[in-house]
Amino acid sequence: MSDVILQMENIDKSYDGKAILKDFNLEIGRNEFVTLLGPSGCGKSTILRIIGGFVNPDNGRVLFEGEDITHLPPEKRNVNTVFQKYSLFPHMNVAENIAFGLKLKKKSSAYIKDKIKYALKLVNLEGYEGRDTLSLSGGQQQRIAIARAIVNEPQVLLLDEPLGALDLKLRHEMQRELIKIKKEVGITFLYVTHDQEEALMMSDRIIVMNKGIIQQAGDSKSIYDEPQNAFVADFIGESNIIDGIMVKDLLVRIQGVDFACVDTGFGENNPVDVIIRPEDLEIVEADKGYLKGQVISVIFKGAYYEIKVKVDDYEWMIQSVNPAPVGDMVGLTIIPDNIQIMHKPVRADEEVAHDE
Amino acid sequence: MNENEVRSSKRAYLAGPYALWIAVFTILPLIVILKYALTGADGHFTLDNMTAIFSPIHVKAMWFSLKIAVGCTVFCILLSYPMVLAMKHLGLGRKSFSLFVIILPMWMNFILRILAWQMILSNNGILNLFLTKLGFEPVQIANTSAAIMIGVVYDYLPYMILPVYTAIMEINEDLIEAAKDLGAGSFTVFRKVIFPLSVPGLLSGTVMVFVPSMTSFVISDILGGGKLQLIGNVIEQEFTTGNNWNMGSGLSVALMVFVLISMAFTVKNEDQGRESVIW
Repeated sequence: MSDVILQMENIDKSYDGKAILKDFNLEIGRNEFVTLLGPSGCGKSTILRIIGGFVNPDNGRVLFEGEDITHLPPEKRNVNTVFQKYSLFPHMNVAENIAFGLKLKKKSSAYIKDKIKYALKLVNLEGYEGRDTLSLSGGQQQRIAIARAIVNEPQVLLLDEPLGALDLKLRHEMQRELIKIKKEVGITFLYVTHDQEEALMMSDRIIVMNKGIIQQAGDSKSIYDEPQNAFVADFIGESNIIDGIMVKDLLVRIQGVDFACVDTGFGENNPVDVIIRPEDLEIVEADKGYLKGQVISVIFKGAYYEIKVKVDDYEWMIQSVNPAPVGDMVGLTIIPDNIQIMHKPVRADEEVAHDE
Repeated sequence: MNENEVRSSKRAYLAGPYALWIAVFTILPLIVILKYALTGADGHFTLDNMTAIFSPIHVKAMWFSLKIAVGCTVFCILLSYPMVLAMKHLGLGRKSFSLFVIILPMWMNFILRILAWQMILSNNGILNLFLTKLGFEPVQIANTSAAIMIGVVYDYLPYMILPVYTAIMEINEDLIEAAKDLGAGSFTVFRKVIFPLSVPGLLSGTVMVFVPSMTSFVISDILGGGKLQLIGNVIEQEFTTGNNWNMGSGLSVALMVFVLISMAFTVKNEDQGRESVIW
């Protein structure tokens, strides 16, 4: 496949005997926006550092345009990194920072000047050439860091939680800007984040990771709508995850009630995990629902209410634009399309992550 | 006055003992020296004691001192950087051990250290013993400027290594990775990132090495055999054998002015909003 720009094959990496990556494989297409998403310690940053050349894998190969670069030092790789902590050189002004890579490549000063101007325009900081980097805000520093990487025209830009240190509003602004920049410069982005919303919004393809293993890869919609295991369902958005029994194809029993669903191939009378998104549950009059329970809490969250309804000993989470009075008995309904059936986890990394 | 100012003015009393100490043992003697410097043997005001620094014999001693001080500073810099870079990636334990070894000589008395060097370097000393045992010609180092240079470099090297070490350890590893990421090889990383960011340490090291080596006299006394005169030796002799306190004081003040000027020049050069080294 000629439009694969980067491949990782059978990568293993452990630190102090603790495995971070296990037989990790990844292919990234030219001009793709790929996001590695997972909780801290899942190995996503290690992947970036291996591609950047800062970490040597214990086993496996990294191929760039089909060529083995596993042991090439960072300065010889045609990739650039935007670091989480910006890492601007404090003894250089904005223009000197951006020019750093170009000067090493012995570009003419006219070329460098043009490039600086172009890059500053791209990141919306025109006229900042002479500024001292320490006088800039966090968001501005990160823009300079992006400009500093992009002027080198890398084939792949690695972004290691670049917006992690910014406040929410600025983060949203920068997300939109990154998408714009990506479109404009047309280079491959490999983005690392633990923020699922950020991943869903920006990526062509999301790779959800836990404990060094890929849990699911796909576009935003498929990751959100069809999580493949409890970990993914829990990590991406909020979910009700409850034990169920697959009575037969298209029929699942939850809390003793049989529900029509759209999944097949889970055998008969097998225990499964059932996932239902909180916005997919509807509160109706007590007798009109499939399940019946008592409202135990209602929290106003701005755009919606988060309502908890206790049915037997399980607390369902429901997101609704209408509140329900606490203490009332209500019914819950759901359409078959919105019931997601999954196999029970077979490995620890597929389970819902708990804070340790 | 806000709360902080009140608090810091209260804390100022804590500096009292030190202030007293420095007043009695540094500032007062300086005033006395200044008085001697500005008066002749008859007690009248004169600048002759200070302008005496320009007499040929004193200029010669100053020039020799300057050469020793500059040489010592340069050697210390050249020895410090490779050492600190080698220590940079050691584990914490080995780092501490290296620092311990660097500081270790400072635990011994200064005079003893210099006397030890005399034993090593003298014509029938340990060095020549080794050389002859190995079949080489003995070398004449004792009582040369080389011996003095070895002495000052040995003595003042820790004062260069420690501030350079501190400055380099403070450099965030991310910056070094960023430089590599942008295409810099190891030497370029040193030249464009590590060295510029270590300059504050380099400057304070330079002050701490240059000033004492410029003004030392014990090392040249012992290792130079009394024949090679640093300006410090000249001043010492004015006070002791010459018994001319006015001349000794005048030369001291002139030397002090020279050192202050050269240091101001060094510090001013890099004093761009960052912490300056001595003032």
